[in-house]
Formats: sequence, C-alpha cells, structure tokens
Amino acid sequence: MRQQREGLYEPSTEHDACGMGFVAHIRGEASRGIVEDALRILSRLSHRAACGCDPETGDGAGILTQIPHRFFQAEFERLGFGPVRRRGYGVAQVFLPPEPVQRARCEEIFEETVTSEGQRVIGWRDVPIDSAQVGRIAGQVRPVIRQMFIERRRLVPTAFERKLYIIRKLVEKQIAEAGCDPDEFFHVASMSAETIVYKGLLLPERLPLFFKDLQSEEFISGIALVHSRFSTNTFPTWDLAQPLRYVCHNGEINTVRGNRNWMLARRSLLQSAKFEGPIDRLFPIINASASDSYQFDNMLELLHLGGRTLPHAMMMLIPEAYQNDPLMADERRAFYDYTSSLMEPWDGPAAMAFTDGHVVGATLDRNGLRPARYLVTTDDRVILASETGVIDIPPSMIIRKGRLQPGRIFVVDTNEGRIIDDEEVKRDIINRFPYRRWLEKNVVRLTDYEAASAPMPTREEDLMRLQRAFGYTDEDIRVILAPMAEAGEEPTGSMGTDTPLAVLSDKAPSLFSYFKQLFAQVTNPPIDPIRESVVMSLHTAIGMGGNTFDETPEQCHRLAIPSPVLTNAELATIRKVEDGAFETRTLSLLYDVKKGPEALGQAVTALCKAASEAIDEGNNLLILSDRGVDSRHVAIPALLAVSAVHQHLVREGIRMQSGLLVETAEAREVHHFALLIGFGAAAVNPWLALDTLTDLCARNECPLAPEKAAKNYIKAIDKGLLKVMSKLGISAVSSYRGAQLFEAIGLDRSLVDEHFNGTASRIQGVGLPELHLENQERHSRGFGPEAAFILTDLPTGGQYQWRRQGELHKWNPATISRLQESVRADSYEKYKEFAELANNESAGHFAVRGLFDFVPAATPVPLDEVESAESIARRFVTGAMSFGSISAEAHETLAIAMNRLGGKSNTGEGGEESERYIPLPNGDTRRSSIKQVASARFGVHAEYLVNADELQIKMAQGAKPGEGGQLPGHKVSERIARVRCSTPGVTLISPPPHHDIYSIEDLAQLIYDLKTVNEKARISVKLVSEVGVGTVAAGVSKARAECIIIAGDSGGTGASPLSSIKHAGVPWELGLAEAQQVLVRNDLRGRVRLQVDGGVRTGRDVVIGALLGAEEFGFATAPLVAMGCIMLRKCHQNTCSVGIATQDPELTAKFDGTPEHVIRYLLYVAQEAREWMSLLGFRTFDQMVGHAEKLVQRPIIGHWKAERLDLSSVLHVPVVSPDVATRYNEPQQHGLETHLDRKLIASSQSALQGGRPVVLRQPISNADRAVGAMLGGEVARKYGNHGLADDSISVKFTGSAGQSFGAFLPRGITFHLEGDANDYVGKGLSGGRIAIQPPAQSSFIAEENILVGNTLLYGATAGEAYFRGVAGERFAVRNSGARAVVEGVGDHGCEYMTGGIVVVLGRTGRNFAAGMSGGMAFVFDRDGEFQRRCNREMVELESLIDESDIWLVHDLVENHVRFTGSALGRRLLDNWEMMVARFVKVMPTEYKRVLQQRRAQRRSQQTSDPRAIPAE
Amino acid sequence: MGKVTGFMEANRQAAEYRDKKDRTQDWREFVVDRPEETARTQGGRCMDCGVPFCQQGCPLGNPIPEFNDLIYRGRWKQAYEVLRATNNFPEFTGRLCPAPCEAACVLSINNTAVTIEQNEKEIVERAFTEGWVEPHRVLRRTGRSVAVVGSGPAGLAAADQLNRAGHTVTVYEKSDRIGGLLRYGIPDFKLEKWVIERRISLLRTEGITFSTGVEIGKDIRWTDLLEDHDAVVVCIGAGKARDLDVPGRDLQGIHFAMDFLPQQNQRVAGDFDTVSGVVATGKHVVILGGGDTGSDCLGTSIRHGAASVTQIELMPAPPSLRAHNNPWPHWPMVFRTSSSQAEGGAREFAQMTTRLIGENGVLKEIEMITIEVVTENGRSVIRPVPGSEKRLPCDLLILAMGFTGPVLDSLQSQLNIDVTPRGVPAGPSKFRTSVPRLYVAGDAFRGASLIVWAISDGREAARIIDADLIEAAPRLPTRGQDMAFA
Repeated sequence: MRQQREGLYEPSTEHDACGMGFVAHIRGEASRGIVEDALRILSRLSHRAACGCDPETGDGAGILTQIPHRFFQAEFERLGFGPVRRRGYGVAQVFLPPEPVQRARCEEIFEETVTSEGQRVIGWRDVPIDSAQVGRIAGQVRPVIRQMFIERRRLVPTAFERKLYIIRKLVEKQIAEAGCDPDEFFHVASMSAETIVYKGLLLPERLPLFFKDLQSEEFISGIALVHSRFSTNTFPTWDLAQPLRYVCHNGEINTVRGNRNWMLARRSLLQSAKFEGPIDRLFPIINASASDSYQFDNMLELLHLGGRTLPHAMMMLIPEAYQNDPLMADERRAFYDYTSSLMEPWDGPAAMAFTDGHVVGATLDRNGLRPARYLVTTDDRVILASETGVIDIPPSMIIRKGRLQPGRIFVVDTNEGRIIDDEEVKRDIINRFPYRRWLEKNVVRLTDYEAASAPMPTREEDLMRLQRAFGYTDEDIRVILAPMAEAGEEPTGSMGTDTPLAVLSDKAPSLFSYFKQLFAQVTNPPIDPIRESVVMSLHTAIGMGGNTFDETPEQCHRLAIPSPVLTNAELATIRKVEDGAFETRTLSLLYDVKKGPEALGQAVTALCKAASEAIDEGNNLLILSDRGVDSRHVAIPALLAVSAVHQHLVREGIRMQSGLLVETAEAREVHHFALLIGFGAAAVNPWLALDTLTDLCARNECPLAPEKAAKNYIKAIDKGLLKVMSKLGISAVSSYRGAQLFEAIGLDRSLVDEHFNGTASRIQGVGLPELHLENQERHSRGFGPEAAFILTDLPTGGQYQWRRQGELHKWNPATISRLQESVRADSYEKYKEFAELANNESAGHFAVRGLFDFVPAATPVPLDEVESAESIARRFVTGAMSFGSISAEAHETLAIAMNRLGGKSNTGEGGEESERYIPLPNGDTRRSSIKQVASARFGVHAEYLVNADELQIKMAQGAKPGEGGQLPGHKVSERIARVRCSTPGVTLISPPPHHDIYSIEDLAQLIYDLKTVNEKARISVKLVSEVGVGTVAAGVSKARAECIIIAGDSGGTGASPLSSIKHAGVPWELGLAEAQQVLVRNDLRGRVRLQVDGGVRTGRDVVIGALLGAEEFGFATAPLVAMGCIMLRKCHQNTCSVGIATQDPELTAKFDGTPEHVIRYLLYVAQEAREWMSLLGFRTFDQMVGHAEKLVQRPIIGHWKAERLDLSSVLHVPVVSPDVATRYNEPQQHGLETHLDRKLIASSQSALQGGRPVVLRQPISNADRAVGAMLGGEVARKYGNHGLADDSISVKFTGSAGQSFGAFLPRGITFHLEGDANDYVGKGLSGGRIAIQPPAQSSFIAEENILVGNTLLYGATAGEAYFRGVAGERFAVRNSGARAVVEGVGDHGCEYMTGGIVVVLGRTGRNFAAGMSGGMAFVFDRDGEFQRRCNREMVELESLIDESDIWLVHDLVENHVRFTGSALGRRLLDNWEMMVARFVKVMPTEYKRVLQQRRAQRRSQQTSDPRAIPAE
Repeated sequence: MGKVTGFMEANRQAAEYRDKKDRTQDWREFVVDRPEETARTQGGRCMDCGVPFCQQGCPLGNPIPEFNDLIYRGRWKQAYEVLRATNNFPEFTGRLCPAPCEAACVLSINNTAVTIEQNEKEIVERAFTEGWVEPHRVLRRTGRSVAVVGSGPAGLAAADQLNRAGHTVTVYEKSDRIGGLLRYGIPDFKLEKWVIERRISLLRTEGITFSTGVEIGKDIRWTDLLEDHDAVVVCIGAGKARDLDVPGRDLQGIHFAMDFLPQQNQRVAGDFDTVSGVVATGKHVVILGGGDTGSDCLGTSIRHGAASVTQIELMPAPPSLRAHNNPWPHWPMVFRTSSSQAEGGAREFAQMTTRLIGENGVLKEIEMITIEVVTENGRSVIRPVPGSEKRLPCDLLILAMGFTGPVLDSLQSQLNIDVTPRGVPAGPSKFRTSVPRLYVAGDAFRGASLIVWAISDGREAARIIDADLIEAAPRLPTRGQDMAFA
C-alpha cells in the first residue's frame, strides 16, 4: 500500500538505511542453525532499525532463505497437494488485498497467467501468522499473505526461474491495469524455486514470532540474508521491507531516477535470446514508485536472469572507482570502461548482500560508505553483518575476520564450497572478452581526428547584442566569467543570497534560475571531490548505447571525452567526423520571436519531432544549437530543449540510439552546465561564453591568451560540476547525467510533467507562454528598440551584489540603515519602518511568505493579554557562526546578548574558549548555550560537550549545503588554533560529510553518543530546506533528535562558491511546511521542536514561521546587521571593515556593536510578533504553532508570474486524529537508563572524587554503544579537559564493543578491550587511553585480520590508542591531537588530520593522508608500495632519520606492545635497527613549514629541547 | 575586484588645492588633479561592497565600485565608458558635486570615504585628454522634435538623452550663453567655462540645436512652442530667491547672490566691464546664508578685494562629527569649511538679522541677534537670546538664503498649468505636468537642489518623454531603485 502526494510530501523522497547481514554455510549445508543465527543478527542489530510513533510498528524486517524443501514437503502433504520434487516447484510469497473480492480477482489473474505461460498451479497456502506481533499502524495496512506453489513444467531450473519472473512481471502489470487492487496491497515478495522471502512491517525481533513458519524446526537453509530497515517515514509499506528478491541493501542509490530513465531509454535496444527476443512486454522493468533498493533489485534481477552471474551484474551496477586508480590492473579498468557503455553506475552508498540461493555474497560501493564485517569459522560458516559481534562465536572458532572494502566483492559459492575473493571473482569476469582490445578498436578520442577549426568568434558588433539577448549581465562577466578564466576556479562569495526567487523576479531570469540543486543530508553523505578525487570522474562517452544483455566489440563504439564541456573547435571536430560511425545532425533551437504566447510550445514540439526523425534517418549524434539568433529569431531555452528532447526520446524508447549534445550561448556558470547534463545532455559547448572570453582577452581585460582563458574556464566548470555532483554523493558524471537531481520552484506542473517529468515543482507557477515572454524580453535587450542605442554596455546584473539598477535585495541601503538606526536610537518606531519595508518588500517580490496574508480573528486579543515580548524572545537563537568566521568581539557580543535575553547563542563550528564558561564580573556570560558539532569537529572535546545546553549537529548549512569548507592557514591565529585544537598558520579543512554520519542510523548513533556524554543537553539537528526535507526530518525525529532546525536557502556567512549560494536549497517556508506536514502525518511531531532560520527578519516572519509549524527561530544576518554589518560580503577575505567577520586586529578594533543592539532588535521583533498575534487572536505563542489555516494566499494582482503560483500545498494542514500532536509535547526516549556506563560510574566513585584509582572488569557486546561517553562526561564536568591523573579509572572489557567505544574519553580513563570493536572507536578522544587486542585464545594472526571498524578517532583532540589488528576506512580522520598505533588501515587513513601522531605498522589503503594538513604519520612500508597509496598533494614522504622521530616511534611501538601484547610490535622492536629504515614519515608540507618557523622563533627566544614535540 | 586590502593600506588622499594666496589672485579653478599613481591607489581603497551605499547616495546611481576598480587597475578608458553610461556630464559633477556618494561610502563609517568625486573628475578629464570622448553618432532619427527650455544641467541632460534616442532636440536659453547656473552662478574658480563649451560643442556636433537669447513665454509663447514640438520639457530652474523681510531692506547696497555671481561670470568671459555692476572691492561685505551659494559669494568677494567679508548663518554651527541622530549613511550635518571659506572672511552662526541700518539710503550696518534652537511641543523652534544684539559694518549685503521655487508666471498665464503648494508644476506622475506633452525636470521639478539631481532628473524625464513619443516601453536607461536611506 503506497502513499500519495499530499501537501508538500513527495513519496519519491523516501529514504531508508538499515542493518543487514547474512549467514551461510560454505558448502551450502542447510541447517536450522543458519536460520537461527540469521534471526539473531536481526535482533542484535535492532539499534540500527527504527520504529515510528507507534513503538510496536517497525520500519520493516525480513529474511531470505533457500526454499526449505523439507518444511514445504510436509506442508504439501498436509494440504493434500501431492508429492513434489526438490526444485521441482516454485513458491510465490504473495501479499494480497484483505478485501475478499479484490483478493479473489488478484489470485485469479495470477493463476490464469501461470497457466497461460505453460506452468501449473499446485495450490495456495495461507501463511500462518500471529497478528498480535504487528503494531497498530502496521496492522491497519497488513496484507493477506499467501503462498502459491507452481509446478515446473518442461523447463530446466534456470529457465524456470526466468519463467517465474516473466509470470510475475505480467501479473503485476495485469493487476495494475485491471484496477482490482486500488490500494496497492498486491506484492510478490519472492517467487522462485530457489529462494523465499519472509518480510513485513515488523520489528526485527518480532519477525519469527509473526511468521510461524520461521519457528519450525523443519525450516532450514544453507543461506540466510536478513535485513532490518530504518526508514525516514512510517507511512506503512509492507512491500518495501527487505530482503528483496535478490538483495538486501544498506544504503541509498542517489541516481535512481536517472538510472530508471536510462533503462527506459534503452527499451528499443534491449534484446535477449534468454527472453526470446524483445522484452517489451515486461516493461516497466523498474517499479518507479518503489524504493531505490527495490528498483536496484529489479535491475539486478533482469541482468541476472538475462544471463549474467550475480557478481558480474553487481560489477556492472556498482563499479569500482576505476578511472583514477593507478593501482588497478589494466584489464580490470578495461572491463569497467567497456561496461560503462552498457550500463551507467547506480551510484550511492551501498552495502549490498545478494544471493540466488547458491551463490551468496556482498559488495560495497566505490567509496566504502557503509560498514560490513565478516568472519569465517572453523565449522565452515560465514557470517557477514553491518557490525561485528552480532553472533557470539568463541574466539578459538574464528579463522578469519575481515571487512568489505570499497568497491570490493566477497562471494561464497556453496556449489563449489569455497569463498572466492574479489581478485578471483573479478578475474573470471574481466577475462571473458578482450575488453582492452575492443576498446582500443572502437573507442575514439577527439585527438584521433584531424582537428577542425572553430567557427569564427562572434564579431565585436554582434557580441554585445547576443550577450544581451541571452541575458548576460556585466556581473556575469565581471564576477563569473573573467575570474574563472583567470583563476580556473569558481569564485566565492559570502553572506548568502537575498534576491527574489526567479518566479518572483521581474528581470526575466533564465530558465536555469528556476531550478535548485538537490544535496545530500543525513541519508547519504556528500563526497569531498578534491580530497577524494580518486572516486570522482567526469569521463564522458558520447554516442549510441548498446544492448545491455550483449557483449560485442561494436557496443563500445563511442567517442570518449575527458570533460563534458566542449570548446568550439572540439564541437566543430565532432561535427566533421565522417568515419561512418557517427552521423551527426544539428537541430536548431531557433523560432520566430514575433509569434504569440504559444510559439515556444510549438517550437518545442517541432524540435522533438525533428529529433525523432533525425534518429529514424540514422543519425546517432544530435546537436541542439542556438546559434543564429538575430532580430527575428529567438532560441528555445537550452535547458528546456535538452530536457524535452531527452524525455521525448526516452518515452519513444529510442533515446539510446543517439548521443545528445548542446551548443548553447546560454550556459555560462556551473549551475547551467549541471542542469543541462542533469537533464540529459552528454556534453555542452558554451560557445558564447567562450567567445566572450576571447573578446575579453582581445581587449586585454583578461591578461591571458584566449586558449589559456578557455582552458581555465573549462577547468573551473569541471571542478564546479564535480562539486555539484559530490554534494549528492555522486561520483561519476555518467550516472549524474539525466538523473534530474534538481527541484523546480515556480514552474507549472503541466510544464514539468511534460518536459521535466519526475522533477519536483511544488508551488506551480509559470508555463511555456510565460517562458516565451521572458525569452522575448531578453531577446529585446539585444535586438529590441532599447538596444538600438544602448549597445555599449550590458545590464548591471546585481545578483551577487546589490546594484541600484539591478536585481532587488532584501538587504539594501534602506533596510540596513533603518535597522541600524532603530537599535542605535532605541526606537521601536524606526524598527517599524524597517519592518514595514522588510515585510512589504516581501510582498510579491522576495519570498514565498510575501505572498501570504493573515486571517485575522473575529475578535482580536487585546495586546496586553498576549504573551510578553520577553517571553517570546526566549524562543530566539542566533545563528551558528564560528569564532573564526566572525571576530571574538562579535561572537561574544552575541553570546552576552542572548544570555541576557534568555535565548541561545551558538558556538558555530569552531569550538569555544573555556574562559568563556566563567561569568564576567558584571554577571554577563559569554558562554554559548548551543555548542555545534559539525563535520570538522574543531574543538569538540568532552569539556566542550558537557558545557552545553544544546548540542547541535549541523548536517548542512543554507549557504552551501553538502559542501565542506576551508579556513586558510593565514587566518588561523594563535587564538583560533588553540580553540580549534590545531596549529597556528596551518590550513583547516572541514570535510563535506560528517564521517560518522553516512546514513540515518549513523545520525541516530551520533545523537546517542552526544546524549550519552551530556544527558542534560538537548540534541538538535540542523537541516537545509529542499524537497524531501520532511522525510529526512521524520527520520531525524525517529533517530531521537529533540529539535530539528530547518534552514532556508538564503542564510550563511563564510566563503562559499557562488553557484551554491545561489542555486542550492529552497526557501524555508517550503522546508518548514513540509517538515511539519510529514512529521504530523507520521505522528512524530510531538517528539521534536522545530526551529527555522535563514532570512528571518521581522515579527511577521516569526508569526508565519510559527503558523507553518516552527516553535523556535534562528537569526543570523539580522543581528549582525544590528551590530553593524553592512553586507560588505567580504567575510571570506578577512577584510570586514566593521570588524565583524574578520580576525585582523586593526579591523576588529573598529567593531562597535553592543549586546543592547542585538537585544533591542530581537525584542522589537518579538513585540511586532505580539501585535500580529493579537490580530490573529492568539494569547500564547504555543497556541499559534502549526496553524497554517490562519494564512491565505494573497491575491497578487499585477505580477504576471507570481499570480500563477499556488501555495495551497504549503498551507496544507494534514488531517489527523486529535490525539496526534501538532507541536512538541513529549520527550524522546533515549534508553540511557540502562547504559553500561551507569555501572562503571557507580564503581568509579572513589576515582571520580579524586581518590584512589579503580580497576574494573566488564564484559561488553555490540549492543553496548558509546561506552565511556557518560563516564567521560562525568570526569569532564568535574575536571574539564585536564581530566584525572593517568589510569585513575581503568576498565578491562571482553567481547565485541558496540559503536563509538571510548567516545570523548578524557584523560585519566584507560579502556582495554580484549575482543573486537565496531565503528567510531575513540571518536572525539579527549585525553583518555584505549587499547584493543584480539582475545588471547584467537588462532588467527592479529595483524592480518580486521579488529576495529571504520572512522576511528574521528576528531580526537588528545589521548592515546593502540590497536592490535587492522582498522577499517578513514582511520584517524580529522585527528587533531591523539597518538595512535595500528597494524593496518583501510582507505583514506589520516584524512584531514591536523595534529597528533599515527603509527601504522602494516598496509594502508588508498588515498592515505588526503587533506592532511597537520600532525605526523609513520607507516611501516612492508611492500614498498606505500607511496602509491598515499595522496601526496599536501604531504611529503621522508625517511625516518631524525633522532627525535625515531625515539618517538620507538616509544609508541613499545607502548603498543605493552598495552596490546602485539607480536608484530615485538618483532619490530627486536629488530629495531633494521626496521627503522622501512618506516616512511608522512609530513604535511605546510605543517612542516610552520613548525620550522616556530622552532626558529623559539630558538631565537631560548634554547630548545631537541626531543620536544610540537605542542598542539 | 579592487584591492582587497586597499583601504587598510592607503589613507584617503583627496585632490590638493592651489595655495590660497595664489588662487585668490585669479579666477581659475583651485583643484589640482592628482598623479595617476595616487588616483589608482585611491581607487583601490574602494571595498567593492556587497551593498554599495554610495550608489544609492548618488542621485545618478553611478556604478561607483566598478569605476573605482577600473581606475585601480589602470583601465581608464573602460572606467570612462562605465561612468558615461549613467552620467552625461561627469566633468560637471566631478567638480561641483557635494558628493553624497562619499557621505554614504561604507568606508566612511569608521574611516574616511573613497575620493569618489575626484576619481570621477580624473576619469573624465583623462578621457577628454586621450580623445576617448567622441561625438556620438545618432543612427536613425525618429522624426519627433522636442523643445528643452533651459540649458542648465537638467536641460542639457534631457537634451542629450533625447537626442541619443533619435529625437530632434532644440534647447532654448534666455541668456546669451548656454549652461544655466553652471554658466551664470557657479564661479569660474570652481568651474572654468571652457568645460561647458567643450561639452556644448560635442552636443552640437551630435545634432542638438541651441537657441540662445530666447525667453520662452516672452519671445515665444508656450502655446506656440508646444505647437511646434512633439514635446516640451521645462528645465527653467528655481529662480525665485528667498528675500529678507526686515526694516531697511530698501536701502542701497543689498543684492541677491544671483545678481552678484553672474556678473562676475560675465566679467571673466569678457562680456561685462570690470568696474560697474555689483563689486565688493574695498567694501565691508556681509553674506546672509551659510550654504554653497553664500560660499561662492564669499570667494568672489575675496577675489574682488573686499575690505572684509562676513558670512552669516541663521542656524547654530553644526557639530564637527556626526550627531547621534544623524548617522551614516545620511548626509552628515557637520561643520564644513569650503575652499572659499578657507580663503578668508569671518563666519558667524546662530545670527538672525533684525535690522539694516543706512545713511542716505545707503546701507552702512547690519543688526543681528543671536538665536537658540529649542524644542517646544515636540517641534524645534528658533528663539532670540535677549540682550545678544550686535551690529556689523556693511556696505554690501548679499542675500544667499536659498530659493523658493521656479518662476512659473508665463506658464501659468499661457498654459494654465497646475502648481503644487510647494510651488512646482503639478502633474499626473513624475516629470509630467497637467498639460499633455509638457514635461518638467531639474530644479523646476524638484525645487532648488544639486547639479547631480538635475542631471539625474533630466535623464529620467527623457526616459519618460521618449517612451511617450514612441509609444512603447521605456528604452532609455534609468537610475534604478529610488530608496531613501531613512
């Protein structure tokens, strides 16, 4: 049963993530033990699953096993079906509508189809269930579950599987068409002679209780996959529970929409002998309304049944990162390269387990963004799961412990009875054909052809005309094109954006501006395209696609280009190719400018027709071109043309028969290219932008040769594209292409449905006639009457900076000066002038909220009966601006103001100086109540965390969602370095993602960690408004956040690429309303408070926010303006002339803001809010929350675009029963009452009181998470960062530790673990010591086996850690002070490290030291290959020769041996003199320089100790 | 753009003035332009603000950050192109504007403003020197004709814009020379008149007809003018001077500034003899009015060789720094010393003239009383301080107390136009009057104001006139968003 679109809720935005695993016997010996172990995994991973508002209703759980033949045999006898042969029948596990007539019809269709496909229905069996195990909500939508048995007739088993698939597809289609299942209950969970799936909307531990079959002793299997789901919603869906038919998936396919479209696009090309020719009758192959995992399963199933082995199909769908990996063997690269012409990657974080009943395996995405650990036992079992320790196995029975590695595959072939490793599995596949030779013969490069000369650059007299006609502004050239040409980088800006939405702008903005980029938050991580470039690719192949089922040399006949941006000469070369393989046809986008409003629509229709005809005539390369615009002709906007043609050809099923290029004058900034590619273009030639650059060079306005300028410009666009893709966690442009990862704002739904189908557009707006008018308007700038005599300059623009003749800005001279005057003169009247301007400006010109009117109460409440301004102001917080981004003066002024006001200020992402916890003599306090925890974890240590009233996890920020940041070394002063726990002068990089949050269950874990360390603090999560933020918010509420911040698109200080400032994120009104609606609808609203920020300026804004669902309000820019900010927008240049966003002492001295300024402003806002409340009839603020019905859309008369908007979806109030909360009313249940630390704390009292040390012993399991955090919090609260004396509290654990073992452990606590541990060990380590070693009884070799999980010591600031064994990916990421020894690490070790010391005694993975700006690493380079696995962009590799370094490493290894008993360490020490030479020292270049400078400085002051280690 | 740290590295360096002793000996301009390097450094002080308040401060909406940056980069020609797009006559404003842009300059909040005005002047003068200022060819004539009445900055700006738009423009000027107040009003030491000639000759080449010595309303009736042209734009200034109503007003030796200053312009031009008329030579001169016109009279009197000059201002002296209630970016009401005031003479504040005393019908003394400003019932009122009367010797009293509005008599009698209570033509919308096809701009529209406003209004009026003439959407550029600071 599926949910429908309602209000702002888009069903397509659902996400899920989960725990998964499998148990198998290597030789496939079926047993009850396998099934029971698998079920045990489920219950042990229950913390990775979630339940909704109804604690009995889980998000889904399931198990996939081999067909338990013995069990069914008995059932057959009981049911009188007669004898059956093993594998002689298939079982369909069917969900059916509960309504009897509907059900009967479904069954009837099913039976008919089986018969008509030549098979025999044996009979139906009611699956016995215990309905008491189902939660209330799940129960309401529970399908009837029945099994149908089908006898195999005249087919071999593999063909029978295929037949069952065909039957299922036909049945699904017929039932949908027959309309006999209106509520969409019908679902075939599995239908196979090999495997069966039992699943449902159940809590994991209830699965076997609900399905009585699973309890039967006869129910045995040699393979069992299990999955428990954590979904962002609880809109109940039984069918989306996993396992699916072949896989279970922990992760998210980001590109699923594009993947699905490309599958449709190849419809005409798909043929398979296995399916006896065309497979048209099976379409749609992919179920568009199901989850991404479900769709992936659909695809995998088709490939597998079409003849590919499961591993082969997996390699096609989730290829490794092959383009940029120098370590990869060439044959393997050739295979992937070839395969890319058959299938584009299904991109996104994924741990996939798969099975067909014989082979069972798992694979991980190219970036390794999900954990998966396995072990092999002496009794031939293989157990794989998201976590280690899910099944208790005696250490002596373990032969091997491993983890899935990025891009690697792990297979157990039960037929062959052995484990096949990645190398072997892939060797067989990549050697099937001579892929390299095929590629060499068939893939062409532009350089293979004789270069054609580019068309003549546009003549000077035409250039200005064309620039004007295509909407170019002076700003486009000055701010965008010229800087990109000069620097090869996209320019940056500050302070967000405050211009109108395109649909509200009178400046005829281009169609591009109507679209906003989507970005990843919470449910999957963005990627760092710079530091993790190894996984990124812009490699583009142009030309016809092939039949995915086939592998022939011709199929890769394509033109390969390194970037999707083409120069004029390159396009000319492509046009000229005449080797028979490419038939190029250029389709003109021009149409008659004089024609009426329907002209554009007609032109698009004609274009689509021409495209079809061109393909019919055998052309396989279409070029859409807008060259030739003149006084009579205007061009179809390139984006509209590309998307319309692409979608038209997809619908016709002939899209893959041709490549699609676009030659356009319009494209000039990154966003434009992203859109053209995202809606289907293979490559873009920005001819006018390039001609403009040529002209700039000719006029000496750009000091470069035109070729160099063009090269730089393309480089800048390329980098920008990588950033846009990586924001969503997409690494390959081939999967970004056509993935439509945008949201439209202000486009008419019919226009979207026709030409941008699948794109969200939620408030309606303009259609083709309006776009035509805007097209005419732009055209007239170049060719209209005005142009007749103003051809000397371009329109000013005014998008990035306010200009009098340019676009409107909310912050303009009038609003800024009025606000400043009001707080300085303490004049509410003056404020009202400001508010009047601000509120009226909103009306129809700026923001969605400007289009609202209030519905006044019949009788207003007298003003003095309305809640006081002081009380309302306690709901106000200031924005998260770090000390670093703004000056100490400004930061502390905000804190004092908010503390006086009873609101909250926010540290931002930069830590806080502990002096600020001490009140000032006058009683003021500079402590920020809200402590932010952002991706870089600067200054996030135990002391910081325990000094918070609220801990805020920043998932994204409005100005640059999905991106990281960088604080250049010259801005890292002594003081900033101290508070951020780093080195002065050394660059600090903030990673795009939190490396401990790749999914919703990870966020739940971080929330749990933070809550554990500081139970008193409220945990909040900051999200940015975009389509789907509501479903994310639902997930966050289920992850037990206590407050959710919905940030709008407009806010934000700090440096950010201009295209992110402008084109990512949507207004908060949409995000807030969506969050409110989805939370209420899911009955999750009562557990969280909602806060909104991003351009909130007035009392009217506050009241609208409240009516749309917000309880609290964040202000950032406005308080800054009150303190003196004049929107210089130079925050990123450290030159803020009023001393706010700068660290330059000369400038900060000029800061003249006071707490009173801020307080007055916020009280004015509250006062204004009161006045509106009185009008609306609300006495208290709480009464107002969520009453969107008090708003109506203002009839906008005279605004030809705004009047077409339909805001009813924003104002939608979900209909729910009265007991469903619509605002905060109950605390979250964190389940900390039974936390293991309570026991530890109780036993450590003497040490905690500063008395005698304690030594404790404690068993531990993977369900014990964040152990040590609460204990550490106790210590930090009492003793701050100084902690206790070493070893004051010493705990010896045995077992498998749950996630975040030893998180934030302060000095004085030592954890010793015998066993193994999961992810995030030593997260934020704050001075404590952690040592982990395998159990003494283990027989495997420690240094060759995985011991601990991913992302260890993330953000550690001090302390020590010793691991006797191998760690997973991202070891010591963002470590800024801890010292660690480990015996091997996965990919991306020491990433973003800024301090501390890491010693690796074994192999590292790829990309070691990426973005490492400080600290040191020493790697024992056993195979001499380390330098190839190290990312040397920021570090130098040296030999270990320095005496002090040698002693340092020696001492650490000695400690390692002492604490973990490491045999490897012992051997090294025993042969120390010899071994030293094999250590490589990894030294960040910048850090080295800074250290040398500091040493020189110190030496000049005093003699220094040669063994001294630089203080952090 | 600009030099990121430019404002932190360089202090404001305005143009220097010729030495007092030297400059008061002649009628030549007193400003000395800066070397190019200085200009570039000063351009580099611009912070390229996200919200350039200067542009709002500038009535023309000049793209100030753009040209500052271009100067900094030494791209003078492009700077000129940027500047001329919004300002027809930078050579006038670059010399004569009080520079509200600089008052609004963000840098002036806690530092000194960028030398925007001088930058502007140096751009345009360089453009003339380099020959970048070329007559603009009008490609196609519309066949419509427009009469511009008055050749001050408003009239010239309107004429220039309308001519560029292809209309046939005739400018009527009642005086013998073109330029209005620029010609007869601004002393030569602030604006040498060849600067006007240089511009007029360009405008003539571009096709504008100038008709001097023709007073519309007298020599040609307004009705006839309207008949002969498709549109008429009234740019006749605000010529009504504020008078003094005290005993003794009818004595000899009392003159309006506008009787005094133009004569000197004529003398410099060789159109008037050097001794007759109103001269200050050897006289005790008192100037009533502390504004720019008063200052001009002061400088002129000093150059005449007055025995003494005293400039009297009714209101108390403003503070030296911005008052609390007069914050940035508003025009700062602060104590200023004009170049003329720096040259000599005395200044008195808070003095109200009570009586003029003469002998034989000739002015000899002026009697004043000190006033104070007090708040009564929430309003500021002026109150004499009892017992503070004093007298000054005075042979020549110049009244420079401002203007009350345009002289509309003939327009009212011949066209019966509507007039607002403020004494300016009333109309259905900005720049339109109650008479179809009759428009108004400049001081005649706004009341006495700045040259830069006159140019700006002339341009805006032209935009509307052009749109009316071609019956289409406006095509001429606009200054853009009009929003007061507060």
